[in-house]
Amino acid sequence: MIEAMGILLGLGVALGGGLGVAARLLKVEGNPVAAEIEEMMPGTNCGQCGHPGCSAAAAALAAGSAPVSLCPPGGKALASALADKLGIVSDLSGMADRGSVIAFVFEDLCIGCTKCLKRCPTDAIVGASRQIHGVVDDACTGCEQCAEACPTGAIVMRPETDTLATWHWPKPADRLAA
Amino acid sequence: MTARGPIGGPHTHSGASVGRTMGLVAVALVPATAYGLYAFGWPALFLFSGTVVAALLWEALSLKLAGKPVRLFLFDGSALLTGWIVAMTLPPWAPWWIGVLGAFVAIVLGKHAFGGLGQNVFNPAMIARIFLLISFPVEMTQFLEPRPLLSPGAPGLAESLAIFVFGHAGFDAISSASLLGTVKTALGQGTALPDILSNSHGLLPLAIGAVPGSLGETSAVLLVLGGLFLLATRVITWHAPVAMIATMAALSGGFHLADPARFLDPATQLLSGTFLFAAFFIVTDYVTAPATGTGKLIFGAGVAFLTFVIRTFAAYPEGIGFAVLLMNATVPLIDHVVRPRIYGRTRSGEPIRYEER
Amino acid sequence: MKLFRISGGIHPKESKELSADRPIERLPLASVLRIPLQQHIGGPAVAVVDKGDAVKKGQILAVGRGMVSAPVHAPTSGRIVSIGRFVAPHASGLPGQTITMRPDGRDEWGELPAPIDAFGVDPAVIAERVAASGIVGMGGATFPSAVKLNLRNRHKLDTLVINAAECEPYLTCDDRLMRERTAEVVDGVRIMRHGLGVGRAIVAVEANKPAALAALRLAVAAGGFADVTVVEVPTRYPMGSEKHLVQTLTGQETPARALTADIGIVVHNVATAFAVYEAVRLGRPLIARIVTVSGGAITRPGNFEVPIGTPVSHLVEQCGGFRGTPERLLLGGPMMGQPLASTRASIVKGVNGVLALAAAEAPTGPIMPCIRCASCVAACPCGLAPFDMAARIRKEELDGAVRIGLLDCIACGSCAWVCPANIPLVQYFNYAKGKLTAEQRTKHKQEETKRLAKFRADRLEQQRKAKEEAMARMKAEREAKKRQAEAAARVEVEG
Repeated sequence: MIEAMGILLGLGVALGGGLGVAARLLKVEGNPVAAEIEEMMPGTNCGQCGHPGCSAAAAALAAGSAPVSLCPPGGKALASALADKLGIVSDLSGMADRGSVIAFVFEDLCIGCTKCLKRCPTDAIVGASRQIHGVVDDACTGCEQCAEACPTGAIVMRPETDTLATWHWPKPADRLAA
Repeated sequence: MTARGPIGGPHTHSGASVGRTMGLVAVALVPATAYGLYAFGWPALFLFSGTVVAALLWEALSLKLAGKPVRLFLFDGSALLTGWIVAMTLPPWAPWWIGVLGAFVAIVLGKHAFGGLGQNVFNPAMIARIFLLISFPVEMTQFLEPRPLLSPGAPGLAESLAIFVFGHAGFDAISSASLLGTVKTALGQGTALPDILSNSHGLLPLAIGAVPGSLGETSAVLLVLGGLFLLATRVITWHAPVAMIATMAALSGGFHLADPARFLDPATQLLSGTFLFAAFFIVTDYVTAPATGTGKLIFGAGVAFLTFVIRTFAAYPEGIGFAVLLMNATVPLIDHVVRPRIYGRTRSGEPIRYEER
Repeated sequence: MKLFRISGGIHPKESKELSADRPIERLPLASVLRIPLQQHIGGPAVAVVDKGDAVKKGQILAVGRGMVSAPVHAPTSGRIVSIGRFVAPHASGLPGQTITMRPDGRDEWGELPAPIDAFGVDPAVIAERVAASGIVGMGGATFPSAVKLNLRNRHKLDTLVINAAECEPYLTCDDRLMRERTAEVVDGVRIMRHGLGVGRAIVAVEANKPAALAALRLAVAAGGFADVTVVEVPTRYPMGSEKHLVQTLTGQETPARALTADIGIVVHNVATAFAVYEAVRLGRPLIARIVTVSGGAITRPGNFEVPIGTPVSHLVEQCGGFRGTPERLLLGGPMMGQPLASTRASIVKGVNGVLALAAAEAPTGPIMPCIRCASCVAACPCGLAPFDMAARIRKEELDGAVRIGLLDCIACGSCAWVCPANIPLVQYFNYAKGKLTAEQRTKHKQEETKRLAKFRADRLEQQRKAKEEAMARMKAEREAKKRQAEAAARVEVEG
């Protein structure tokens, strides 16, 4: 009786002590998840999520105070990747996947005000004052900041269409779908 | 079809189909089944038909409940085959509910509970057999001497129907145990093997099937004939049957040589019970066997080893059902570990290296 | 010659009898030719002619761009009508950059480069001519041939293998070429051997082409060419897969993710050898090729010498049109050919066949669940477990599929051909490979975006700093002036 109690007590003290030591020795500074999430974000700091930048958004995600579907440019792909990363089971079926979009400038509406140029986080719009602006497709992330800034509504977001270089075979329709 | 976008290749096909494969297996089963039906008469025919029909009905019901296209799957032949194989493993004069229950366990629990065609881990027919054997040991071990159709001792149509509906307790049948059952009991009573076998059957009746046994498992010759047909039509590969037969022959041969009074000889081991039936029709089941040749060798050898152990050292006279189910459980592991060697890579998956040129 | 066995493979119905006995025909020119600028693997060619230009046959229309590319030449004389986007000969039916020309009917040759004394020049000269003639792999891979000839610079090579297996069902264009233009083909093979800088060439022909084999052997014997060996290889799909052909001939497996050049062998297609002959001996660029038009839905199957850029619809019309509604319309063979989205698309350098399959020829059975029969494992020439890969891809476990060998798959289609459940295995693999590439592209773009964003942030920061400094300087100047003024005032007051 006494023996058993002694053994259990000893075990408890030893293991508890071990845990205490481990907690101090192996303590992780900061939140490594936040840094890893930040790596996954688009990194344009466009602010569409309502956070002041991708870094702040990552911190909010890591803290669990923001939904994985917060990032419009990242779309459904990023949302599901984030859900995987955070181990969240999230129903994304309701999330409209707008696909990837890029900005397009209607030349007859553009007045060459350069407001969009200044807002673009990736310098994807080229042009100069009083000249029609154009979009460098490869650099555009579809963050929509330029569309908001345009005073004449000359910028719209268009879905990025497949080209011969980017097209790939679609996934076969699930069997017996008919 | 909701075929949007281009249709991928290849744009020609071998003509193989699930239905064709199942059909060939059915053809291979015909000789042994026909012999069984002949040898055990009308009651066997009733039991066989009842089981097959029940299997199709359970299949239709399961498909309906699962929301799958009933017509497409019901006629792919897989349910027919499952019912058929279940029927072949039953005592030939078992009552109707044994067949219906067996079909239920095989189709609903053994197949559809796992997700339907292609998804089951365990062989449905073997699940049914083990379920029935454990639940109804009396009904499942009442074998009888063959009474060929229209022979003097065989029951007539009306009597047969009565046997099918109520069981054959009322009919004056001499039920007898199978050879393996007899041996197990006698050995348990301390009789030496040569004494038991001397008043039992010879090898020839075992081979042609003139012995008590399950409906479709008695005629070794006809089962092998069906198996050879499947090998010739490339429905099955040689790996699992050969591994199974070789392992059993080697194991039982070794033990028999060591102590002929205690251990059965290899020929009797191979020819009796479900062994050859399992070698050609059970361990070759696509869904529940490994995918590679090496995997199939391991699988077949494992089944034979476990069968021998159970037959020889455990309480049951026949061990194939348990052996198959146990080995079924190892198939995912076998498939994970045993993979074919990828072209241009070593077995461990590294690219082949040549001498620096 | 001792041959070696490959594992896996299948024996599909050959159906070559539809066109095997039809000699190569020339057809009337189409009224308009549309010449895509991307007919090869690598960077698309860049047009060097303008709308309205008159061009002569063989004149260069577009030049190659980058290390791996190929130029494009005018298939006949005529006028450039437009340079723009037009539906490409591709499964997607998406448009690609295309030069449209209207033939003038005179079919006048322009100025061609002088013929080369093939065996009297340095191998590099041959490769240079092959590059300038726009020759690409004509078996369907369309890899620029000159790049492959130049492998001699980086690898220690000993053998040129000419792939004349033609293992795809239906196709007979290589068979006809070898039978009808035997001497030219053999000369082309020897020129390529010299261009590759190796001592021997092996021409591998499947056993189902006895006439071609006999013709080649006769030509080699007649010429006394000790450097060329004609070898009959077993009829077994996919014998024409480069790595499997090399294994059959030498017993050596090409290491995964490597080239056959790594084991000293370069493989070229037999039609490429003919193109090389024309380029080197006659100075003619690659502007036409032999195409098999066949299938149960073609009225009059045959083999045709077709100028590059000819619309498929023109070719089909010349064969008497369709017989009934074709179930499948393909470019290439039925195993690895690509579905054709529109008959307006053109014949390009890599197209060896136009097939219109009738419903009875194409697989149309319902797709069933996998029953794990493992037929695909036995059929796979690459030692893969296709059913396992497809199951993983179906669940979007692409990385899992890669771990068990997805990237070692050559998309030969043997697995899907044997599959009793009609599972579109190849499409699963193509989807997964494409998706992985797309993911890589997205990742690359994301990195690029981050770089651009950082660049901009740094620039804004610099501008802000510069502004601050400027402000500070101005303020300092103002204060200095103020102090001067005050000092002056004080002096005045004191004075």
